[in-house]
Amino acid sequence: MFGTLISSAVELCGADGGTICVRDGEVFRFRANAGASQTEALTKYLEEHPATPGPGSTAGRVLLSGKVEAIPDCLEDPDYVIPMDSLSQSVRSILGVPLLGKEGIEGALVLTRKEPGHFTPRQVEIVQTFADQAVIAIENVRLFDEVQARTRELAASLDDLRKAQDRLIQSEKLASLGQLTAGIAHEIKNPLNFVNNFSALSRELVDELGETLKHAPLDEARREEADELIGTIGANLDKVVSHGKRADSIVKNMLLHSREGSGERTSVNVNAMVEEALNLAYHGARAEKPGFNVTIAKSLDDKAGAADLYALEMTRVLLNLISNGFYATTKRKQGEGNGSYEPAIAASTRDLGDRVEIAIRDNGTGIPDEVKAKMFNPFFTTKPAGEGTGLGLSLSHDIVVKQHGGTLEVSTERGAYTEFTIVVPRAGAGA
Amino acid sequence: MSALILVVDDEPDVADLFRQQFRKELRASRFAMEFAQSAPEALERVGTAENPRLILILSDINMPGMSGLELLPRARKARPDVPVIMITAYGDSETRRKAISAGAAGLFTKPIDFPELRGEIGRRLDEATGAS
Repeated sequence: MFGTLISSAVELCGADGGTICVRDGEVFRFRANAGASQTEALTKYLEEHPATPGPGSTAGRVLLSGKVEAIPDCLEDPDYVIPMDSLSQSVRSILGVPLLGKEGIEGALVLTRKEPGHFTPRQVEIVQTFADQAVIAIENVRLFDEVQARTRELAASLDDLRKAQDRLIQSEKLASLGQLTAGIAHEIKNPLNFVNNFSALSRELVDELGETLKHAPLDEARREEADELIGTIGANLDKVVSHGKRADSIVKNMLLHSREGSGERTSVNVNAMVEEALNLAYHGARAEKPGFNVTIAKSLDDKAGAADLYALEMTRVLLNLISNGFYATTKRKQGEGNGSYEPAIAASTRDLGDRVEIAIRDNGTGIPDEVKAKMFNPFFTTKPAGEGTGLGLSLSHDIVVKQHGGTLEVSTERGAYTEFTIVVPRAGAGA
Repeated sequence: MSALILVVDDEPDVADLFRQQFRKELRASRFAMEFAQSAPEALERVGTAENPRLILILSDINMPGMSGLELLPRARKARPDVPVIMITAYGDSETRRKAISAGAAGLFTKPIDFPELRGEIGRRLDEATGAS
């Protein structure tokens, strides 16, 4: 654009060369030139020497005065500094015109001639018209850039808003799913307690009935029939007891997964949260299986610091990943049988600036590809019936990704290890 | 004159459950059990009877109308000599703290661990008979 402008000006005013420089912050940068006198060397010189207000150059004088500056013969002008020796042969008469914008001098347009002498008033007028055009062009470019920047900003904030909205909806869904499961689980738990209590009690009563019958005067056939009936009722009650226990453990798991959080982000010390989860998970596993043992390694980054998290939910995620790790090491120990295998869990944290990373690694069985593809699906489980709800990883994924705007990645190798890596933003998601 | 234990729970089947669980003790008259299906009904028994045989109250917390936690201080006021043990489906630390600070002698969570409750009753029986 400046190129077309300057070459038209050179042509219409019968000049041999012309340059244009435009404000760029504090300096006035060379932007375009035209005409035979503008050699490559001169172009390079001008690019390397931005104009500054001062009497040494035509552009400098224009920038200083803000008016049209004419030098009839630069060789005769005592203040003029000839920029390059070669210029003396191609430049004698120079005309400089300011580019006057609303906020002051935006630059200068300079025309040169080989012969000394004055530009005519008509030519000066033409150059001024070009200078005004240049100012309008500069203004337009500036406006265009501003509009573009603003558009980008708006697009970005719209995107942020959408993400925040998605997260809110997800939190809301999780919360109502949680309330629903908690409600159902509680309602079921009371009658289930009666089923379990009365079935266990009846099992004892059947045994007592058997004892009583021993002393009753019965003939052989009837005694046999009675014993068989008592045996069958007892076995049936054993089944009721064991399935009742199974239902109870499912309900307990549902309650664990749906326990309501505070619903608010609070500043949480990441390392303390990881340590607490490790302790809870370890003692929980020990309480369940007294023979359970595992080496726990911690590599916590001092700079992990604090993050704004839904504390209860994130702790639940960690508990879940850690107890999955325990399960994987237990399975591998059972599979290998001999004593050389040492179950181990490693927890680590890492400062990533505005995000923080938490990794839980076990040296257990690893995850086969077909399981990896489905493991985040709700109700998918590899555990035997009654041992898992299939909600752990699915909920963990939702909590980390959808609620916190983070990532949950897994890397694994069959028979070697599994590592889950959580990365969450420190500040609230969507902020 | 055997000792008496009052059980308060809005679920009527609780009476059968306790009677069957403690059938041997009841048959041997180690103690007697009475059942109330609401907190006001329980207070009536505690207040009017002046029953010297009453040695223990077992009360559910979640009941329609007056809850077990509301019953607790009134029962303690009427009979400061009778310990009250709360029974609840919510075994969280907050409920436990509330119950103990309101004067409960203990807290059992549902499903009730009957062998443990049997032990607890045994200790209260020994205390009551030892004191009288």
